[in-house]
Amino acid sequence: MSLKSTLPTARHLIIAVPWFWLALFFLLPFLFVLKISLSEPVLAQPPYFDLIREIEDGFVTIVLNFSNYQLLLEDSLYFKALLGSLKIAGISTLCCLLIGYPMAYAIARSPAHWRLPLLMLIILPFWTSFLIRIYAWIGILKGNGLLNGVLLWLGIIDSPLEILHTPVAVYIGVVYNYLPFVVLPLYATLIRLDTTLLEAAADLGCRPWKQFMLITLPLSLPGVFAGAMLVFIPVMGEFVIPDLLGGPDTLMLGKLMWTEFFSNKDWPLASSLAALLLVALIVPFVLLRHFERRAEEAAT
Amino acid sequence: MASLRQFKPEESWQAPEGEPIVRIENVTKRFGTFYAVDDISLQIHQGEFFSLLGASGCGKTTLLRMLAGFETPTSGRLFIDGQDVTDVPPYARPVNMMFQSYALFPHMNVADNIAFGLKQERMPKAERRERVAEMLSLVQIEALASRKPHQLSGGQRQRVALARALARHPKILLLDEPLGALDKKLREQTQFELVNIQERLGITFIVVTHDQEEAMTMSSRIALMHEGRIEQVDPPRRLYEFPSTRYAASFIGSVNLFDGYVLQQDDDQVLVQCDDAETRLLVRHSQPLVPGMAVTVALRPEKMRVLGQLDADTPNQLRGRIKEIAYLGDVSIYHVELPGGKRVQFTQSNVQALAEQPLTWDEEVVLGWSANSCGVLTE
Repeated sequence: MSLKSTLPTARHLIIAVPWFWLALFFLLPFLFVLKISLSEPVLAQPPYFDLIREIEDGFVTIVLNFSNYQLLLEDSLYFKALLGSLKIAGISTLCCLLIGYPMAYAIARSPAHWRLPLLMLIILPFWTSFLIRIYAWIGILKGNGLLNGVLLWLGIIDSPLEILHTPVAVYIGVVYNYLPFVVLPLYATLIRLDTTLLEAAADLGCRPWKQFMLITLPLSLPGVFAGAMLVFIPVMGEFVIPDLLGGPDTLMLGKLMWTEFFSNKDWPLASSLAALLLVALIVPFVLLRHFERRAEEAAT
Repeated sequence: MASLRQFKPEESWQAPEGEPIVRIENVTKRFGTFYAVDDISLQIHQGEFFSLLGASGCGKTTLLRMLAGFETPTSGRLFIDGQDVTDVPPYARPVNMMFQSYALFPHMNVADNIAFGLKQERMPKAERRERVAEMLSLVQIEALASRKPHQLSGGQRQRVALARALARHPKILLLDEPLGALDKKLREQTQFELVNIQERLGITFIVVTHDQEEAMTMSSRIALMHEGRIEQVDPPRRLYEFPSTRYAASFIGSVNLFDGYVLQQDDDQVLVQCDDAETRLLVRHSQPLVPGMAVTVALRPEKMRVLGQLDADTPNQLRGRIKEIAYLGDVSIYHVELPGGKRVQFTQSNVQALAEQPLTWDEEVVLGWSANSCGVLTE
């Protein structure tokens, strides 16, 4: 082996930067969380026993407490919260895709001078605070709110609809807030799609609808998956939207974690919930990587 | 330039009997205020290898895309095999197209790409498999059936594109710069293959190309296009030997042009006074011309011979001095300056040049040619 290949090159250094970043700001904090999840809660500051305890004469003992995980597995509340999160994240992702795909498609197919303004309109809500936008939805959805007012005035309904503090309100809030995360990656995929492929399909006998099903849709799948993951993963841990728009029966992991951490002061249990959520998310994330790699292969 | 097809250049092309497979009637395509195709009428016959030749922006691709159905004419009608297809969408036309970029479906392998059009017409599976195998062997890529497009070389992709476009046995195959993306060596080889495949299948090919050599080699007829109009439609040799306009003469190959006016015409020979050459040129031309009419004499560089001295038997002669010599391997190009300052080009094969005494810079030469070797252009 020559000396040159053993020395770190600029290439290695460049790769090292994101690795270092991930290690410092993701892996290390996660190890802290993991550590807390294996400790016992106590009424103190911080409210947990340290894993490593000095007994006497310099002897050190490590006590691992798995009872938090045991509780998570035994108490059906947590399993129901996981199912609740999966359901809300799954249905919201589907809704985002169903609404976001036509939007992204329309923007990608619009005249070039229209695309930038339309994309700006998609991103525009981010210029307002997330919390303010969610509070605005409360104003729209509440019993004597904007939506009911308009529907009553139009004579479509006789009495106000109860939307706020129901799952429907959570879906509306989540889909509204996460829609841009679907539209942007889908747009990026669709704008790159070579339109002569559609001409080729037409030339070979495809009507417009079949051109879409056989060419556009399969080739935009990487964008569909990227968008879906960008919605699904954060919604799994979402706390603010279900807390503000949902009712007491809206059971989600993020909400539960908040309750354990801030209300019950049970840091170890909250940490074990966080660890469990991470495991639940790693599966779809690995799937995403898999599809991305396939897309990269197809692109080269 | 070599043509793969044999035609006598003196005879003009005779249209075969019966309905042409393509009839283009006064077709115009306007984009805004720009006339991409300007009132073109054209007939193409069954079994032809027809080229639309021209510089970029001449409207050849627009015309091809109108035949495929991707563009609708602003006015005029298009007929394919007697049927008016002007308003028929691309998926319902009996034509297929081979795209310049090939447009292979990246998510399908070679066999699925070729089978794509067959699936659309609901061909039974067994028959479909047979047809795909037939197409793969036609373009000699049997071994690549399960590869994805990104695993193929440019030449292999070109073959897949050809196989896919031919799989449905279209009445007409439209080819948009079919060899444009290949390197020179592969291009020459593929030209012969395209002609072979076309002759074997008997399908009418309509090719768009900007490469005159490609058009000359492969075509039965060439339509030379210029600014949305057709300049001339003729078999390759006739287009080269008897260009009908200045543009046609200068687009195909090299040409020397002498402006002048008609002095007199006897039978099929015209005497033209050319002031820039300071001489009178005798040219064969059978169409009647009026004395005094402004014309241009076109003369190919290879039609001139070097005469030792002025020679009474050669009707057209020019004296000049060699200013430039470009050695191209098989031939050399000589630029000769006439006493009036005009430059003419002539070529001589190097075998011939070396056999005689080699010509050098600043040497005075006399160039001569017969009345049959040049033509009169009235446009």
